[in-house]
Amino acid sequence: MASELNLEIVTPFGKLLDSNIKSCTVPGTQGEFQVLQNHAALISTVEIGSVKVEYTDAKSAYIAVSGGFCEVKDNRVTIMVESAEMADQIDAKRAEAAKKRAEERLSSKRADIDYNRAKLALVRATNRLKIAGRP
Amino acid sequence: MATLREIRDRITSVTSTQQITKAMKMVAAAKLRRAQENILAFRPYSYELRNLIGHLVATASDLTGIPLLEKRPVEKVLLVVVTSDRGLCGAFNGNIIRRTVQRVAEYKDREVSLFVIGRKSAEFFSKRDYTIQGEKINLFNHLKFEDAVDISSQLVSLYLNGAFDRIEFVYNEFKSAIQQNLQVEQFLPFVSEEGSDDTRAQVDFIYEPGKIEILNTLIPKHLNVQVWRILLESNAAEQGARMTAMESATDNAQEMIDRLTVHYNRSRQAAITTEISEIVSGAEALKEN
Repeated sequence: MASELNLEIVTPFGKLLDSNIKSCTVPGTQGEFQVLQNHAALISTVEIGSVKVEYTDAKSAYIAVSGGFCEVKDNRVTIMVESAEMADQIDAKRAEAAKKRAEERLSSKRADIDYNRAKLALVRATNRLKIAGRP
Repeated sequence: MATLREIRDRITSVTSTQQITKAMKMVAAAKLRRAQENILAFRPYSYELRNLIGHLVATASDLTGIPLLEKRPVEKVLLVVVTSDRGLCGAFNGNIIRRTVQRVAEYKDREVSLFVIGRKSAEFFSKRDYTIQGEKINLFNHLKFEDAVDISSQLVSLYLNGAFDRIEFVYNEFKSAIQQNLQVEQFLPFVSEEGSDDTRAQVDFIYEPGKIEILNTLIPKHLNVQVWRILLESNAAEQGARMTAMESATDNAQEMIDRLTVHYNRSRQAAITTEISEIVSGAEALKEN
């Protein structure tokens, strides 16, 4: 069995990350969970939120993710999400604009608006903004 | 016979057409490269999802709690037709439209509606006697994943509220720059490919929440990915088709220019010969006097 823990984050636009890590914290549907070495095999759904990664050199990073899945097996963590961005790559202006747009949609109460979609967009934008502020 | 000037004008006109087709070919080639990069970047994600679904479907003991897997007697069919927004790409759109018309005829006992993606099919089918359920045009220029999610969620809700019992995609699959494969693919109810290389079978997983709940969120995600894949494939295939079409247009123009140039030179020579013989015979006539 591998002595290291490997994390891979895949999105429809390519791999964001593929590296050895010490641990990672994942926003699961039934609560956040942390994966360390030799974690039991697990398949879980992932919510919109942040993944915290601790690298082997004690540095850590936050990654904004939208909904998807996480699989842990044989010290390999695979996170499949529809979008993922490192905290320092987040386009705060764009997220701000998206947040405003979503809020306007929600408050306009027009019948032709997909309420759920606007709400999800709002959650995603707020999540990005929250993470963008972190180191 | 055309005058020299007419031939010259014709050559100029064909040359400028050739420049345009050549430029279009280059643009299509550049776009094709980008489209291929997109497809490549997206493959790992799609592969992981498909494997995971295959595993879950294979191991789940009871699949009745998943509405998207449930098969109903087919009465109402929705065909999603994917064409391009622009023309000048050879038989690309014609093939799709022909296949769609044929597919509708195959379903003659059932109610068939269309969901058109791309302006070309929208124009064709809206002028004829077809039921159009939805339309999505002008998206290939700036293809976004959100577009795919949007289309996919519309289709899923149409399926779930019983408006349709079966949804199929008709699209061009990208084979290579010069080859497209016409595909008719079932979208819903969802068919899972059995994970052949299921390395997970031996592992005792913790499922969080349960298998069924995971599948219920996983399948819509996978469908988003399917739509995205189809859009990417179709986009790449379109650029490939345009590239080939424009390349042969450029070649044909070149051939035409060559032929016209030969023609032009011959006519010019003939005109000069006539002129010389006129001058010579004129001089001869003067000498005799």
